[in-house]
Amino acid sequence: MEICRQNEALEIRELDPFLAELLRQIPESAQPKDSPAAEERLFSPPAAPEEKVLCAEWKLYVVPELRRLFQSATETVREDLQQLRCTDKPFANCTLRIPMAHADAWLSALNQARLAIAATYQFSDHELCDHYRSPLGSRRDLSLFQVNFYGFLQEFILREMEGND
Amino acid sequence: MPAIEKQEATSEEIEMPWNVIVHNDPVNLMSYVTMVFQRIFGYPRERAEKHMLEVHHNGRSILWSGVRERAELYVQQLHGYLLLATIEKIG
Repeated sequence: MEICRQNEALEIRELDPFLAELLRQIPESAQPKDSPAAEERLFSPPAAPEEKVLCAEWKLYVVPELRRLFQSATETVREDLQQLRCTDKPFANCTLRIPMAHADAWLSALNQARLAIAATYQFSDHELCDHYRSPLGSRRDLSLFQVNFYGFLQEFILREMEGND
Repeated sequence: MPAIEKQEATSEEIEMPWNVIVHNDPVNLMSYVTMVFQRIFGYPRERAEKHMLEVHHNGRSILWSGVRERAELYVQQLHGYLLLATIEKIG
């Protein structure tokens, strides 16, 4: 895999089918659906539980707005990922082009996915620092790899955004 | 009679009982957290990094103090970036 800046876009080239599949999973991984732990992490309370009124109002008025914000970022990423359909050559390497104008949406979707996965699997601090674990052992190992791979992409996007300032 | 010095406080000083606190989480990247602090609070990079490191080492950092309404707005923005943030009454 090769990742570089190409004018007003980021290009991920030579993307093998395994990494392409991990990228395709971003929108789905960002949806907490059946994971109460992920839902709780993405929509955390704004104050201590004693602030009952504030927490209740937050759920009523702010959480739906946050949900819309996160959804909108995920949709942008989903549209960009259409480039990876590559249905004619399922095992060929692909290229993904991310316009810099979509960088914020990508940062958000990658973050949603990382937080949701980490909350679902309850990864320890030690596990999250283990960047060399093989993704092949178990579903948990694969998910940890996913969190770290998405983190690597976030770092790259952030660096490029900083270069823009 | 001694003159009484008139002190005027702004309404923000009168109603100043809330802190905006960001809590540590092991998933958010340090560079990302720094960028968010710069964007939301307009802090220069050094100050944003200082708060980020405080969160990282001490588990939390007070990012801003002031009136409740504005504190809530900051927390909403921080949640929009998926940081763990709360407001807390001072004292």
